[in-house]
Amino acid sequence: MSKRKLVNGNEAIGMGALDAGCRFYFGYPITPQNQIPEFMAAQLPKVGGVFLQAESEIASINMLMGAAATGVRVMTSSSSPGISLKQEGISYMAGSEIPGVIVNMSRSGPGLGGIAPSQGDYFQATRGGGHGDYRTLVLAPHSVQENYDLTIHAFDLADKYRNPVVVLGDAILGQIKEPVALNPPGTVKTSEKEWALTGCRDRKARLLKSLYLSDGELTDHNWRLFAKYERMKDDVMCEIAGIDHAELIVVAFGSVARIVKTSIEMAREAGLRVGLIRPITLFPFPAKALRDAARNTRRFLTIELNTGQMVEDVRLSLLGEADVDFYGKPPGSIPTPDELFKEIKQSLERKV
Amino acid sequence: MPPSRIRPAKKKVKIMAKVEFFEERCKGCGICVETCPKNCLVLSQRFNRQGYPVAECVRVEDCTGCALCAEMCPDVVIEVWK
Amino acid sequence: MKQVFKRPRSLIDVPMHFCPGCHHGIIHRLVAEALDRFDLREDTIGVASVGCSVFMYDYFDVDVLEAPHGRAAAVATGVKRARPSNFVFTYQGDGDLAAIGTAEVIHAANRGERLTVVFVNNTTYGMTGGQMAPTTLIGQTTTTSPYGRSAEEAGHPILMSEIMSQLGGVAYSARVSVHDPKHLMKAKKALDKAFEVQIKNVGFGFVEFLSACPTNWKMPPLKAKKHVQDVMIPIFPLGVFKDATAGLES
Repeated sequence: MSKRKLVNGNEAIGMGALDAGCRFYFGYPITPQNQIPEFMAAQLPKVGGVFLQAESEIASINMLMGAAATGVRVMTSSSSPGISLKQEGISYMAGSEIPGVIVNMSRSGPGLGGIAPSQGDYFQATRGGGHGDYRTLVLAPHSVQENYDLTIHAFDLADKYRNPVVVLGDAILGQIKEPVALNPPGTVKTSEKEWALTGCRDRKARLLKSLYLSDGELTDHNWRLFAKYERMKDDVMCEIAGIDHAELIVVAFGSVARIVKTSIEMAREAGLRVGLIRPITLFPFPAKALRDAARNTRRFLTIELNTGQMVEDVRLSLLGEADVDFYGKPPGSIPTPDELFKEIKQSLERKV
Repeated sequence: MPPSRIRPAKKKVKIMAKVEFFEERCKGCGICVETCPKNCLVLSQRFNRQGYPVAECVRVEDCTGCALCAEMCPDVVIEVWK
Repeated sequence: MKQVFKRPRSLIDVPMHFCPGCHHGIIHRLVAEALDRFDLREDTIGVASVGCSVFMYDYFDVDVLEAPHGRAAAVATGVKRARPSNFVFTYQGDGDLAAIGTAEVIHAANRGERLTVVFVNNTTYGMTGGQMAPTTLIGQTTTTSPYGRSAEEAGHPILMSEIMSQLGGVAYSARVSVHDPKHLMKAKKALDKAFEVQIKNVGFGFVEFLSACPTNWKMPPLKAKKHVQDVMIPIFPLGVFKDATAGLES
């Protein structure tokens, strides 16, 4: 049995990074994720790594790209407005096929918004966010254990696909403390990267760029990237619970899924047959899991802390094969299990 | 690489240095012509495939091999021997 | 006879896209010569910027990473922190470094990153067709200052070498030009110093090259060359503004 440690959510992400072999972190302070840079500042020097507090989120994503181009595992973290600043850099990384992990502990927007948790960055994370045709893998933890595990997984996926990967958390997941089972030491698996820039000794010089000006070159490049994003479907992940004979399936991700789980328990105790599908990868989205569930369940309820973002992907996945209700709570207040239980009941009543 | 035009010397003068122009790279900017301290270079009436008038050495016997033309050329057109 | 001048090894043997009389070609060659002189080609990682300089990777036979506009100094920081034993340089124009990238270059310099930054100042945005730059002179006409730059509306030309010299992490900051052989030879020496402070792990090296842009200045090459000497140098004084190499062992 592995030892479990009581860990702060943000710090668990830092621990995951270290245990994944990440030795470089570039970031900038922003509430509610400051424990991440603070943890990395304290721990990286102990393992011979480099922590650098950059002058801005723009500088830090660019430092990440520079270091990652040399073949090392690198991470940056920020929160919503800071992630907006990083979009250009992420687009460049996607276009140049440079891997890296970008952690967004979402806060409220738009603009300066607030520091309360929200899920208002779903579009930003899953639709690219920056310019051009590209996607990033998006992992959405819902517990401190998942903060740790999915951060490690993010590094593996980034290297596997030579792509930036976003870990999408929120202020709740950053601030709570829960027990975490940590990997035994030495579980890191990294590989040589034949594209990395290390100085052209005994080989031809290498180039990492995203500019393609010749006729047709960029077309081909974009189709190649597109094919890569299609292959990412191999790594889709979601949690499915209690959908057998369910009359209603709730779809929720991240911290809201925790509250939803309690509401579903309340519903079950009241004799209602309610299931849950919790996307863990937001890109690739578990469309197939939803479509399969729709064969037996004709009503879905999407619950998110925003005015309606993931619900579009739910509707797109189901393509009219089931009804999709939506309950959104934009940031500034956190829903209670009672509140969500009420929504679940209302959704079931609509069915009749 | 096409050799520069060498005008036959009137007396038997020893050639101390010479320059060679990679004419297809010349953009006719004239910087080398202005730079040469011995005024050995001119912009010719010939055009390369890019449409630029090419620079050339017309008095190689005066060339000292200082290589300042080559140093100032923005297109690495000139090689120098001494 | 033996050959006394030829193309440096680090400069790829291809035609360069620069306009006739543009000084980018000269400056590229000087950088390549320095890479050869210090035997750095196989240990170098260059960071390309955006502007007429964007095709740097077609000309330097070294590993190159393309950075977003203005971010080369931050990207280079990441490269150098990950590979401290490699030689890392950026090559940036006045838009890239003195407009959009000012924060990045000042902070990289302030941290004393072991980088060498080549800054090419031609008082205009060349690649995009000749718009005003932070280095554009008062009264200079550009496509976005068609009535001549006015200090009240658009401020004064920015003096980057002086600014850089004020930062603790900067080990070498100089402004040079390549408009005639005498100045070109001084420019080579300055570049060597900016290389040296990285090689010897002293600090940030910065060289600002005054450069001609005949096309966007709407001058023929020789007139543009003279413009650097007669008009630019009085506003952008040449010289060494900081030099921490005194007393270093060779």
